Amino acid sequence: MYDLIIIGAGPAGITATVYAARKKMNFLVISGDIGGQAAWSGDIENYTGYQFITGPELSSKFEEHMRKYGIAMKEGESVLDIKKMDDRIIVKTDKGQYESRTAIIASGKRSRELSVPGEKEFKNRGLTYCATCDGPLFAGKDVAVIGGGNSALDAALQLMKIARRIYIVNIVSHLTGDSIMIEKVHESDIVTVMNNARVLEITGDRMVSGIRIRCDGEDKRIPVEGIFVEIGLIPNSYFAPDIEKNALGEIKVDCHNRTNIPGIFAAGDVTDVPEKQIIIAAGEGSKASLSAFKYLNQRR
Amino acid sequence: MTKKVKVYSTPTCLYCIRAKQFLKDNAVSFQDIDVSVNQEAAQEMIKSSGQMGVPVIDIDGELIVGFDKDRIKKALGI
Repeated sequence: MYDLIIIGAGPAGITATVYAARKKMNFLVISGDIGGQAAWSGDIENYTGYQFITGPELSSKFEEHMRKYGIAMKEGESVLDIKKMDDRIIVKTDKGQYESRTAIIASGKRSRELSVPGEKEFKNRGLTYCATCDGPLFAGKDVAVIGGGNSALDAALQLMKIARRIYIVNIVSHLTGDSIMIEKVHESDIVTVMNNARVLEITGDRMVSGIRIRCDGEDKRIPVEGIFVEIGLIPNSYFAPDIEKNALGEIKVDCHNRTNIPGIFAAGDVTDVPEKQIIIAAGEGSKASLSAFKYLNQRR
Repeated sequence: MTKKVKVYSTPTCLYCIRAKQFLKDNAVSFQDIDVSVNQEAAQEMIKSSGQMGVPVIDIDGELIVGFDKDRIKKALGI
């Protein structure tokens, strides 16, 4: 039986790992991927110590730091269930079952889907949820970014260096991201912002050839070869039915990262912590790890 | 016999970086094709794999989309 199981290897999970390793806890990391959403980010200019770093670069540095300790890790496994029975926490994955005295859920968030006809058929055939990864394939093409918040603006800013023409399809009346990003988008002459616009359908043959939208009560078809869906995120908390969540599905934690189940902690974007930032997730991960350490010590 | 390995990637995609590192760690030599600068190769990749996601790993004609470690190992026989 482990002392601790850490679920997730984004900024929160990796930082929890570093702290657990330094406390010499007997722990296991289970994660589908490494880097989490940070690996998908474009340019990062607000992680202290780095005036400028890209998401993939920062993620690689996180990973390098974690690997330095020779940790036990199950990579590419999906957690299906976590529950507490007596004093044991049981984590079930698609490949096995593990037991531990404590756990930290740091499973982050994933992209929200549009849920319109054509979305599934054209995924990776012109439709993507990752401008950082797939953006360069759309060099010189006309593309649409769906959304109007920071992640949509980040995608648009990345694509401004690559695409020929960018349509931002925003469901509300104005863009809602950081002013500095909104300004950059408005200054660009290749970006068209379409407010009050809802996506109805993705169209194409083998690959995407356009989208149908309803804008100001009127149906329009925009010919594009690329569609970047950036309409927000949903927490990966579905595998924890016994754990209390808020209306958004985020795991409720107190300031010591405790959930409603003693011994199960949570950290980062999967929780109801105010503000979702890489640096906050990292800090929360360290707190959760220290809380788990204290919890174990009190019970020995 | 050495298998011919090609990796279609972009410099900004973490899974491309990880896939290439995996090949290097296993001493597999490969041709690295950056589809963000090589438009011709990008079109070739889209046509042959029928999709636009990177990385695409071509191992002796077998196409693997994404960093699927198990499939890569199997195709390489490692």
